[in-house]
Amino acid sequence: MDEKILSVKNLDITFRTNAGDIHAIRGVNFDLPTGKTVALVGESGSGKSVTMKAVTGLLDSNAIINGGQILYGAENPVDLLTLPKKTLRREINGRQIAMVFQDPMTSLDPTMQIGDQITEGMLLHKKISKSDARKKAVELLKLVGITDARKRMENYPHQLSGGMRQRIVIACALSCEPKILVCDEPTTALDVTIQARILDLIKELQQQMGLSVIYITHDLGVVAKVADFVNVMYAGKIVEVGTVEEIFYDPRHPYTWGLLAAMPDLETDDERLYSIPGSPPNLLHEPKGDAFAARNKFAMKIDERETPPMFQISETHFAATWLLHPDAPKIDLPPELKARLLRSRKAANYG
Amino acid sequence: MSLLTLFAIVFVLFVLIRIVPGDPFSVERMSAEMILQKREELGLNKPVLVQFVDYLSLLASGSFGNGTALYNGAPIKPILTACLWNSFKVGVLSILFGTIVGLTIGIVAALNRGKILDGLCTLVSILGVCIPSYVSMIFLQYFFAYKIPFFPYFFDPSNFFGSAIMPALSLSLFAVSTIARFTRNEMVEVLNSDYVKLAEAKGLYGFELVRRHVLRNALIPVVTVIAPLVVDLLTGAMVIEKIYGINGVGKLMVDAIAGQGVDYNYVLALGIVFSALYIGVMLVLDILYGIIDPRIRLTTKEG
Repeated sequence: MDEKILSVKNLDITFRTNAGDIHAIRGVNFDLPTGKTVALVGESGSGKSVTMKAVTGLLDSNAIINGGQILYGAENPVDLLTLPKKTLRREINGRQIAMVFQDPMTSLDPTMQIGDQITEGMLLHKKISKSDARKKAVELLKLVGITDARKRMENYPHQLSGGMRQRIVIACALSCEPKILVCDEPTTALDVTIQARILDLIKELQQQMGLSVIYITHDLGVVAKVADFVNVMYAGKIVEVGTVEEIFYDPRHPYTWGLLAAMPDLETDDERLYSIPGSPPNLLHEPKGDAFAARNKFAMKIDERETPPMFQISETHFAATWLLHPDAPKIDLPPELKARLLRSRKAANYG
Repeated sequence: MSLLTLFAIVFVLFVLIRIVPGDPFSVERMSAEMILQKREELGLNKPVLVQFVDYLSLLASGSFGNGTALYNGAPIKPILTACLWNSFKVGVLSILFGTIVGLTIGIVAALNRGKILDGLCTLVSILGVCIPSYVSMIFLQYFFAYKIPFFPYFFDPSNFFGSAIMPALSLSLFAVSTIARFTRNEMVEVLNSDYVKLAEAKGLYGFELVRRHVLRNALIPVVTVIAPLVVDLLTGAMVIEKIYGINGVGKLMVDAIAGQGVDYNYVLALGIVFSALYIGVMLVLDILYGIIDPRIRLTTKEG
């Protein structure tokens, strides 16, 4: 792999709650190569957002970091977890790592003009005059595709539509030319046409500005469109990682199979929509062995006793399932998925 | 609109006060003849609607008329003005105290949410709501007038600041706790909001974050709680004024109802003044709200 701008190592986080300690992140490892897009995929509660909050230093106060490192920077990496909050805010947030949140309807300050919200970061991090910052903000608004940029500067968030607000949030994020853009389900709250446009916009900006992007989502359709690498998360762990082709055309973990099969597909004759049986484990009571075993029809005895390690499949492709152990029985892919993978491989060849 | 409301209030008050039992003559030493004569004199034998029209023309001439029982039927206006002024002075003092202390406690609690300081602030504000002002007042009098003779027992207009502090304090306790609790809850909500998280992600922290994004958003709804409290405090509190011997409107109200028979004109005059104050404050609040909250300003402009 090329140069890595961000590298998360053995991240382990517990939340202290009234009900007890929740072990939300149980040893997460992933890398973000410079200039690429990495997607974190998983169900709600799998720990994708918590991982990103740890990266941006926005964890709630009841979170305890038990261990691990978040190394930022290609040459002389700094461990973000060891930085004091003040340094983190002043040096990293906004400047190096910027964030786009899920819901544009709530992520802008309702009592502050758009222009002020965009220039805020610049005025904070850069030696720049107010009028220069406003000029730059107008440019940013044009860049993210907002017409009447000058007029919009004086608008308040409630005067704009959801799609426009998300563009503004992106403009805020880009205002200090960050190296990494973290997008936490940036299109989930938007309707499909707007969704496609925002995705295109992020991709375009990425190429223009050489951004490295982390994309958190549960929507595999989005992943296929934007990502270079995919990390599949389950119950606070990464269970499969690979390039987007490897994950979509040659998935190895039964959880990934389930996710792929659960994607609505127009090509199939099957009227039913597949869903993974059961629900994710409650991390208040940490499961023994493989956390996915209870929902996995291919589960073996060892799954109940021991957590599977990462098995290597190719240089970039790893999966944590005992099925990849040399002694494991050969199993056939679920038929509905098999047909689907064939179809998508074909489609990819045509496209 | 506000004037219409006021008119409706005057009408309802006027009719009600004549329906409820008790009149200016429920004093034993008046004979039946004297009462008849008095009724004639005050025009109380006319139909109620005619009396109402008479009263309106009286109001239109800028007067509240004379008392029907209190103070030997002296004109109401100067007495009312004097009492209002006394209540107003003590009221303003307690509003200032209540708002400043209440906001401070609320903000401190919210910024330290979940820690000991938060619990302490919550305890203080719960106590403030639970303890009636006449209880806290007796404590204050006991400690700061009797044990340590620092403040005088009673209100004394010639030594306003010295003597007004204790009544203002006990009067404002409720306001302090209400404002503190409300401020804390609003602040906590804003602190957990996405836009504050986004501001943190931009690199804002500490005081700058609170000043730019938290305070304004949290305090807008707090204004709605402060407004009715202001009226409450301005119009005095009957018990407190009675105990500290403040010649204010609260005391006047008690005298007008429970003194020498029910004094119709005083009750009416006070009712009108209280309502007008309330309506006035609400009007100011609405205008103020439009100024501090852009969402409201712009919707009214467009609509």
